[in-house]
Amino acid sequence: MIRKVRSHITQNEPLLFETSSPGKIGYQLPELDVPAVDPAAVLGKENTRGEIEDFPEISEVEAIRHFTRLSTYNYAIDLGLYPLGSCTMKYNPRVNEAVARIDGLAWAHPYQPESLSQGALEIMATLEAALAEITGMDAVTLQPAAGAHGEFTGIQLVRALHQARGNARKKVLIPDSAHGTNPATARMAGYEVENIPSNERGMIDIEALDRLCTEDTAALMITNPNTVGVFEENITRIAEILHAKGAMVYMDGANMNALVGIARPGDFGVDVMHLNLHKTFSTPHGGGGPGSGAVAVKSHLEPFLPTPRLRRAENAWTWDYDRPSSIGKVRAFYGNFGVLVRALAYIMAHGGAGLRNATMDALLNANYIRAKLEPHFEHPHRAPTMHECVFSDEIQARHGVRTGDIAKRLIDYGFHPYTVSFPLIVHGAMMIEPTETEGKRELDLFIDAMISIAAEAVENPELVLKAPHSTRTSRVDEVMAARKPIVRWKPGAEAPGAND
Amino acid sequence: MYPADFHYTKEHEWVRAAGDGTATVGITFHAQKELGDIVYVDLPKTGTAVQAGKTMGSVESVKAVSDVYAPVSGEVVEINEMLAQAPEKLNEDPHGEAWLVKIRLSAPEEIQKLLSAEDYQSYVGAE
Repeated sequence: MIRKVRSHITQNEPLLFETSSPGKIGYQLPELDVPAVDPAAVLGKENTRGEIEDFPEISEVEAIRHFTRLSTYNYAIDLGLYPLGSCTMKYNPRVNEAVARIDGLAWAHPYQPESLSQGALEIMATLEAALAEITGMDAVTLQPAAGAHGEFTGIQLVRALHQARGNARKKVLIPDSAHGTNPATARMAGYEVENIPSNERGMIDIEALDRLCTEDTAALMITNPNTVGVFEENITRIAEILHAKGAMVYMDGANMNALVGIARPGDFGVDVMHLNLHKTFSTPHGGGGPGSGAVAVKSHLEPFLPTPRLRRAENAWTWDYDRPSSIGKVRAFYGNFGVLVRALAYIMAHGGAGLRNATMDALLNANYIRAKLEPHFEHPHRAPTMHECVFSDEIQARHGVRTGDIAKRLIDYGFHPYTVSFPLIVHGAMMIEPTETEGKRELDLFIDAMISIAAEAVENPELVLKAPHSTRTSRVDEVMAARKPIVRWKPGAEAPGAND
Repeated sequence: MYPADFHYTKEHEWVRAAGDGTATVGITFHAQKELGDIVYVDLPKTGTAVQAGKTMGSVESVKAVSDVYAPVSGEVVEINEMLAQAPEKLNEDPHGEAWLVKIRLSAPEEIQKLLSAEDYQSYVGAE
């Protein structure tokens, strides 16, 4: 095989281990100007290694080229539309980065005395207040490290409240359209999960909820707008049903990008919710974080919030650890501080009116995509679209082309795929969330690509079924990767299933 | 396609009563076909009490993770250990070798309320 046939984007990049050549080095160290010591004698023999087997030996430029090439294999919001539904892959404005890199913030240490951390504490207090105002809730903790962690914290708060009232209760109700993290959270917190079916408009079936909600119910976990991109218009009635039985309404804030500046969960009956600051309030995400899953509560849950809490004392901010009802710490220190700084920068740069505009633009973009693609793709739920729209592959499936195939063909058109096969209640789901980031020009490029693929699915299904054609590797063996994963490279081993 | 001596649920599990107070439980051909290539099977531990209609485990394919509901109530007396190493058997022989669990029935009459092979066939045909 000739390895270098085109520009680097399509070339097979070897591992550093494979390019290693004995004796090559990419660094120079100054001569030792202190007495040499024997690490084994100082640290103990069991704590030292004589050599690292097959450690790659390469030059500086080889290392730089390797990582620079790999970075160009990536797709990012800085390259184009990132329509991954439910993920709110919005642009992270550069001003966020400038603010987060201010020396006093970037180098702040959590063990720094409070007197030297007043600015950092003020940022957190201001963000807590801003999030409380945006959500219509009474108090906010910034500790949880990401969304699922926020969910878990929120349900722990619910459990603590019920326990304080004498009965932790048994079950958590979850709609069948929910993110998989919701039932996982409830189980982790020791609750049984009961599913609530959706009706034909993609909303919670109120009669089923009324029947299933009992004195044993600890909470309902609801996402609003839900994962079908539909606003649960009976939300106040839903909250009444829960509250009549003494149960709490937990809102998953994954889709808060549809509500900011327009509707406040605290005003429609929500008791506790989390926010994905890394989604709704920009900050870079994807690739494993860091994130931030701030949790907002009504006053009846406030005593249980994680310690420590920020408190204003004698013209200074201080940490309050004297919180006898608290569920305790949920994370070391005070949360992913860098993300908090970016979220506050985003909120303050927009201001109230700007945040509302961003929400309206996100809704407009999703509705534009829905209107343009509706003639070409099945849209199963006849309810108004909020910030994302969910199609099904029903029309294309008649030609053997499924949602995963269309997604892979989108890569050939230069776009990151939409969310595939989620939510599960839509067969062959194609979930698209443009966010407010995009202008009409980029949306039209995406829409043209989708319409073109819809035509290909009819005229030349093979073209779609074999996609992507323009990438370094095409389809990999997902089944073998899951059944017999090979998680460590070994010298001389051929990569299995690679499509050369 | 669907053995006549099995009973079926709308959630696509099957049950076969052994006649000694126990029953074997699995998922149907239709279920494995809809799921696609199965890569992981999560079963309850032996001794677990299961309740008809409640989750007792899950099946994971490349496409999705799907709950498995206990079609009948009772105690799990045996699980199919083979599936931990060879989940693909569920795609190959869902009504035979790749059964999931054996349950000692606490309410044997529950089986009669489930679908017959004929009813199940028309149910998945219509779905």
